[in-house]
Amino acid sequence: MPARPAGEGPADVDSDAFERAPTPSARVPGPRNPKPSSEGSWRWTKWAIPLSVVPLLVLLAYGFRTDPRAIPSPLVGKPAAPFSIALFDGGRLSLDDLKGKVVVLNFWASWCVPACYDEAPVLERGWRTYKDRDVVVVGVDIQDTEEAARKFIRQFALSFPNGPDPTGKISVDYGVYGVPETFFIDRAGRIRKKHVGAVTEAVFTGEVERLLKEGS
Amino acid sequence: MIPEIGYAMTAVALGLALYGSGAAAIGARWHRPALIQSSQHAALGVFVLILAAMILLVYAFLTFDFSVRYVAMNTNRGTPFYYRITALWGALEGSIILWSWMLSIYTLLVILRYRSRHPEFYPWVLSVMLGVLAFFLLVMTVPAPPFQRLTPIPPDGRGLNPLLEDTGMITHPVALYLGFTGFTVPFAFAMAALITGRTGDEWITVTRRWTIVAWYFLSLGLLIGGWWSYHVLGWGGYWAWDPVENAAFMPWLTGTAFLHSVMIQERRRILKLWNLTLIILTFGLTLFGTFLTRSGILSSVHSFTQGTIGAFFLGFIALILLGAFGLVAARGDRLKAQGELDSILSRESAFLLNNLMLVAAAFTVFFGTIFPLLSEAVRGVKVSVGAPFFNLVNIPIFLALIFLMGVGPLIAWRRASRENLRRNFLWPVGLGIVAAGAFRMLGVAHTLALLCFGLVVFVTATIVLDFYRATRARLRSGERLLPAMGGLLVRQNRRYGGFVVHLGILVIALGVLGSNAWSIQTETTLRRGEAFQIGRYHVRFDGLAASEESNHFKVTGTFTVANDGRVLAVMQPAKKFYPQEQTPIAYVDYLMGLREDLYLVLGDFARDGSQATIKVQVNRLVTLIWLGGLVLTLGAGLAILPDRRKA
Amino acid sequence: MKGRVLLLALIALVPLLAAAAPPAGSVNEDTVREIAAQLRCVVCQNLSVADSPSEMANQMRGIIRERLQAADTPEQVVAYFVEKYGEWILLSPPPRGFNLLVWTLPFVGIGVGLVAVLLLARRWSHRTARLPLPETIDPAMRERIEREMAELEP
Repeated sequence: MPARPAGEGPADVDSDAFERAPTPSARVPGPRNPKPSSEGSWRWTKWAIPLSVVPLLVLLAYGFRTDPRAIPSPLVGKPAAPFSIALFDGGRLSLDDLKGKVVVLNFWASWCVPACYDEAPVLERGWRTYKDRDVVVVGVDIQDTEEAARKFIRQFALSFPNGPDPTGKISVDYGVYGVPETFFIDRAGRIRKKHVGAVTEAVFTGEVERLLKEGS
Repeated sequence: MIPEIGYAMTAVALGLALYGSGAAAIGARWHRPALIQSSQHAALGVFVLILAAMILLVYAFLTFDFSVRYVAMNTNRGTPFYYRITALWGALEGSIILWSWMLSIYTLLVILRYRSRHPEFYPWVLSVMLGVLAFFLLVMTVPAPPFQRLTPIPPDGRGLNPLLEDTGMITHPVALYLGFTGFTVPFAFAMAALITGRTGDEWITVTRRWTIVAWYFLSLGLLIGGWWSYHVLGWGGYWAWDPVENAAFMPWLTGTAFLHSVMIQERRRILKLWNLTLIILTFGLTLFGTFLTRSGILSSVHSFTQGTIGAFFLGFIALILLGAFGLVAARGDRLKAQGELDSILSRESAFLLNNLMLVAAAFTVFFGTIFPLLSEAVRGVKVSVGAPFFNLVNIPIFLALIFLMGVGPLIAWRRASRENLRRNFLWPVGLGIVAAGAFRMLGVAHTLALLCFGLVVFVTATIVLDFYRATRARLRSGERLLPAMGGLLVRQNRRYGGFVVHLGILVIALGVLGSNAWSIQTETTLRRGEAFQIGRYHVRFDGLAASEESNHFKVTGTFTVANDGRVLAVMQPAKKFYPQEQTPIAYVDYLMGLREDLYLVLGDFARDGSQATIKVQVNRLVTLIWLGGLVLTLGAGLAILPDRRKA
Repeated sequence: MKGRVLLLALIALVPLLAAAAPPAGSVNEDTVREIAAQLRCVVCQNLSVADSPSEMANQMRGIIRERLQAADTPEQVVAYFVEKYGEWILLSPPPRGFNLLVWTLPFVGIGVGLVAVLLLARRWSHRTARLPLPETIDPAMRERIEREMAELEP
């Protein structure tokens, strides 16, 4: 402990004097005073303060392993909600018409850069490859303008059925919280997988093949 | 060249900060004044280097030097001049520069003020502050470098986040960071006290004004943040209990608790351990705020950027908390209270309860904020904890705090006699009850509102009564009225500064109450020329206009607002379409008034301008929140003045 | 259990706040708003469906309206959204099971804190013998001392 220099402020003098004069009488004044045993227990319990921080740090570290944007859908494994959509090419399509087929239901928007632009060719290729094997790709355009959506469809020469969801009803029925999201629906009409983000070739083929193998 | 020069500056600054921190510690431990001197020079060097790096970055922004990645990400050729400067702190990397620069200013101020005073503390304080600075410089060099070369150089940048193109965004981060970094000073003194074992009251006395400064800036930052949210985000409110708002609110709560509990230690020598805990928590929470915002572990409106820096922050938080609380534990035997608490009816216990409530509020906010994480870890289910939860749980806590705000400053130290209670509280309590009754008769049926009103009147009455009595005492000794009042404010600036801050908080409380209890809103679609009525306003839709701005496309609606046939205003809420943004940004228009604001947000519209959807809110008493902030500013200014009584 | 009781008391307070706003349009709109305020806008980060200016929130308000018109009760409307999005969509976690922790812990904390303050007060009050203020001082004098003490205090 360094020697106290001269010229310290008065507050300091008396506080320090107080600090350094733990006379025995000050420690054991009354009958209700902490007994020596509690002095001993303090030695061990005091480390509880820093240690109590540890679980918190562990929890925060756990936070790195989770993605706050990945919210698991409660709909996986449940029957897909029925919908009927007015297609851009005219005509309507409803899920009931697709009974017995594997349905890839894709939610997209023309403003969704770059993910929707990345997956559009993948979806189109997938549709062309599998359309004769009882697989239907359906695009649902959400929160978009018709003009921009049509331009998008032309840009990628999308030939699978595509339509808007002007009221957001289909989006909410499928628990969509962003674009792109893609649902894989089996022949029995149950949602088997929800994919968030751009669909890749591997995801598309993998899921579709899996559902096709299940037979009907 | 700019990216390389800038990077070199930050790297050298990091080296200097590390050296300075070590040199000060060694100099303190083995009494080498030369090393401490050298550490001071290092601190000066760090300050100069960070300042130079900041100027360099601003220069890069002004000259559209897109070879700097940060510039390319946060500006484009259309960004107005003004916002090209503030784009400096428009994202994480630049914010960290600003943050470290402020911290280096505080470090310099500490050096200037204390280099020949408190010789036991000073070198350790310097060491801790430079250590913290070194951490931020490390973040600037490794995980989030503001100076990073972008190749190939793009022809144009991505542009600033449009939400940040607002005057509030110029002052909000500055005030907030001045608050956050300001708490480093009391924290560093606390650490110095623990390291040297001089855990008496010295560190508390020395840091009192620093703490008020930090607290004041943090309050200001929160208020400006609310203002920004209200005027820019276009959702009609000022506080959403978003994780990032919570992150700034938590250190404010614990900092407020600290500000009060040090008074107890100064006078009564108790709560030493508690005060150290509070300042460590406050400082830890300022870091936690940045961690939450930037690590991306929780989603938030304000998470403008994310990166790998979460791990760095978590490591540093762990170091700070474990190190600081470890020191507390090691010094535990020196932290025994030497004072006594005579009665539960005393100012000491009122302050203890105030601390309990503030810490409980901080805990509620903290636990609510991280609960989704806990739920996911334990149950595997994601939940949300949002505004309805926080409002509900915090209401009783804040009402209790308002009550204690009235009791604490006037109840006697040690043991309140019946006489003391009667003298100080009879009238205010009576007035509070009468006021609540009067409001009930005026038609306020809302129980919580009545309770809040009653409490506000009660607290105001205690303050007025106290000031009245003190003035009267001075008048009796022959002073005239105004000099007597002014003299009181100046000579007892701590006490009355505190009271003025309390008044500010009361005004804010009224604003929060009014806006929650009596605001009305509606959403409606109007054809051109059509009008509708909300509250006392007659709002007519006159048409739409489109315009091309320097960096965005804007659709403006024109609405004529009238009251009883008299035109009050022509309001022009708009929607701004930025090429780099997916969704349009609302531009709110509002008619501010003391009693209520009329707040218009343009929704959907028909392309030909024939109709538009508009969200209209009449927000009651919101202006009181900003006025209360002004009052609070005056009070804090008064409390920061040097203490005259000791001179 | 104590926390639970407090919690119930708190919940009883809720309608006071919610019902405060006088009706803006039809009664139906208020119900819409009340429901929307409990739901998280799914494309925003942390705003309610009632507050969010986004298109998605707008559509969700439309769906709430539609469901109410189809004679759903507010509870059914909320349940519909929970079915589609999970508990995550509720802005305040339903107070049951593990979620009770977040609702009660703050109050348990306050309770423990109060007990701690009381215990400390008891322990510290016996630390040293007190010197009671002599009661013989006359009240006027005593008041003056107190007042001057008060003036000196920070």
